[in-house]
Amino acid sequence: MVGVGTGVFDLNDVSVAYGKETAIAGVSMHIPSRAVTALIGPSGCGKSTLLRCLNRMNDEIGGVTVGGSIKLDGAEIYGKDVDAVELRTRVGMVFQRPNPFPMSIYDNVVYGPKTLGVRKRAELDEIVESSLTDAALWTEVKGSLKKHAFELSGGQQQRLCIARALATSPEVLLMDEPASALDPISSQQIEDTIADLKEHITIVIVTHNMQQAARISDQTAFMLRESMDRPSALVEVGDTKVIFTNPTDKRTEAYITGRFG
Amino acid sequence: MRHAQRIRQARLAEATMKLITGACLFGMVGLTVFILGAIIWRGAPSISAEFIFAMPKDNMTAGGIWPAIVGTFWLTVGTAIFAIPIGVSTGIYLAEYAQRGRVTRIIRLSIANMAGVPSIVYGLFGLSVFVMVLKFNQSLLAGALTLACLTLPVIITATEESLRQVPSDLRQASLALGATRLRTILRVVLPAAAPGIVTGSVLGLSRAAGETAPILVTAVAFSAPLPRTPFDRVMALPYHLYIMATQAVKPAPHIVWGTALVLVAGVTIMGVAASAWRSRQRRRIRW
Amino acid sequence: MRQPPASQSKTRRGRPGISRTADAVVRRLIALSGLVAILILTGIFVFLALNSVQAFQEVGLIAMLKGADWYPTSDPASFGFLPSEVGSLWVTFVALLLCVPVGIGSAIYLSEFTPSGFKEFAKSMVELMAAVPSVVLGLLGLAFVVPWVRTALGLSSGLTAFSAGLVVGVLCLPTIISIAEDALHAVPESLRQGSLALGNTHWQTTYKVVVPAASSGIFAAVMLGLGRAIGETMVVLMLAGNSGLIIRDPFDAARTLTGTIAGEMAEVVRGGLHFSVLFAMALVLFAVTFVVNLAADWVLERQRRRWRR
Repeated sequence: MVGVGTGVFDLNDVSVAYGKETAIAGVSMHIPSRAVTALIGPSGCGKSTLLRCLNRMNDEIGGVTVGGSIKLDGAEIYGKDVDAVELRTRVGMVFQRPNPFPMSIYDNVVYGPKTLGVRKRAELDEIVESSLTDAALWTEVKGSLKKHAFELSGGQQQRLCIARALATSPEVLLMDEPASALDPISSQQIEDTIADLKEHITIVIVTHNMQQAARISDQTAFMLRESMDRPSALVEVGDTKVIFTNPTDKRTEAYITGRFG
Repeated sequence: MRHAQRIRQARLAEATMKLITGACLFGMVGLTVFILGAIIWRGAPSISAEFIFAMPKDNMTAGGIWPAIVGTFWLTVGTAIFAIPIGVSTGIYLAEYAQRGRVTRIIRLSIANMAGVPSIVYGLFGLSVFVMVLKFNQSLLAGALTLACLTLPVIITATEESLRQVPSDLRQASLALGATRLRTILRVVLPAAAPGIVTGSVLGLSRAAGETAPILVTAVAFSAPLPRTPFDRVMALPYHLYIMATQAVKPAPHIVWGTALVLVAGVTIMGVAASAWRSRQRRRIRW
Repeated sequence: MRQPPASQSKTRRGRPGISRTADAVVRRLIALSGLVAILILTGIFVFLALNSVQAFQEVGLIAMLKGADWYPTSDPASFGFLPSEVGSLWVTFVALLLCVPVGIGSAIYLSEFTPSGFKEFAKSMVELMAAVPSVVLGLLGLAFVVPWVRTALGLSSGLTAFSAGLVVGVLCLPTIISIAEDALHAVPESLRQGSLALGNTHWQTTYKVVVPAASSGIFAAVMLGLGRAIGETMVVLMLAGNSGLIIRDPFDAARTLTGTIAGEMAEVVRGGLHFSVLFAMALVLFAVTFVVNLAADWVLERQRRRWRR
């Protein structure tokens, strides 16, 4: 299922603090619709933390404060009358390690739609087929939808998780290193799927694999935490081709050329 | 030279201690086997269809023990009805909602202490609250409520531990799909934790079935008809065993041992069935 | 590349599965259930105390605790707890003498030396023993222990505190074994490896490194076993005999706190003085087991905090 809205994010001076300690500060960027934005940077630079602000998953951890403004399609997502639970049906997420529910393939995919109140068997069947097709898994499992999700391979499970996230017709799909736990072939399949999905849906992907970012993304944002007593910052953001061939900031260049991991 | 001697001494000490501690363990295992064996050996001759399904005759010295079996059955069902919803609910609260703090600590302390309260104290508690204050009188209901209080800590602990074993990945996935905390718990976490919860509950219930002291003053009569309402007094296997073994005017050892075997068999079957079911569920879900 | 399917809007905004009000109600109920445990424990204390008031007023706590004569049905009646207290102490003493060494020894062997094939079997045997109801163990005690005690020690009757103590000890074994084994098992393998690498034998590793590391858990196991022994009712009712005298050694018939309460409760007039005194006895019993359990819990909490995973 693909999204209806435009799925545009506007971040302005976003900061994240855990209790008294500020982890990220001063992040401002625009995430365009129907394109892939990659967040890259060395580990610990806060890219996953920033990603989890976009669907307010950070709310689930106690003591986290998010400052600045994050707007989805012009509306502030941390606004007083915004329901985080409802937001997550519009901004989906796929995690680093595949985490299907211990249920059948079918039940995994319909979990989201059922939460939204879809009841009719025919509708659910249709959603299952289109979500699994969009995730490039339909042909492999269409005859065995009742099969337990844990019997699938790692790559298949991750595609199932993608299908599950797509089943709520989100406008944006957040992906936190979705291929890093998979073998190279499955990883490639995920990349192909992302390339197909971006025609209809905004994708924000966190990855530590620079080549992957260069291959699949339209826009790249580089984050860095320069020392433990300063919060992480967004160093540079721009067109992927430009970032990787002619970055403006010296630090970006250093990271891209592998001078630090 | 001395070094080699020390090593020899250490080896000897190890062999000796292994023997001693091993003897403890094997003694314990042997004792268990002996206990079960004695019950089966002495009790088996009494078991017959009549023994199980017939009513007692001749002042309890002949016939069957059917009313005691029925009484224990209903007491256990009643215990389940009261203890499982509250126990599972409390377990959910502790595993999914409770914050670290003083109140939670006190709750946990209360549960741990409840587990250590002597069963006769529960009996007196049940007597004063359910029998006297709430005026249920000595009845199936009062007995079941009392046994439920006794069983609560076991179910709470089993529930909480089973919930904690469910990986947080699954909760994250559900929340990211736009489900509320509660829906996540009810649709994803609880079903995944169900095997452990069911097993723990059944084990707790099987223990309740074997308790005598709590029902001594709240539910039982030595001779009672089959219960028609929850307000009737009942017979129960452990109480029947106790009276027949210590106070029967005319000794009837075959009844006594038969009752013991039925009780132990019932308790063991419950426990074994629960464990077997849990193993089967666990094999399907490998975390 | 792919056309958005015509039904794309179907997934959006149906009626939510669990309505928000139901959600809030269920959540309140769950939060409330957290208090039930506190309620019941407090309730036990409160109701025991309420029913004991008459005894405290008419007989007095100290008089009960120190009184040496228990003649509740005479006129005038005498309500001294001492015979029951002493009996309880003797039974518990014998029980611990049996179950602490055997329990800890078994736990050590189970955790450190048992070959893995046998371990599952041994553990299920322990669980099986734990599942046997106390009244059944009492029956076995009557059938085997009591006659043996009578003949082996040349007594007139085998119904003694000693017999009861032995069977209570057996009853407490599974408790001590499983908790002590948990504590030993929780000690990180790296500690054992380190000791072995220094040339220690398995046994030396066990008593030098593993047992000290698990000591608080083992202590808690003993405390919980102690609580269990003090609180056991049916076995002592059936095996300890029924003498009202203060015994000097465990080879006499005795009463215990639990046995007295259970044995006489069915006979007393509800609301009378005897009734109230029995509640007072239960209150004393409750207080003792409460303190023991508090100590065990405190120790276990410290161990949990140390090995926080």
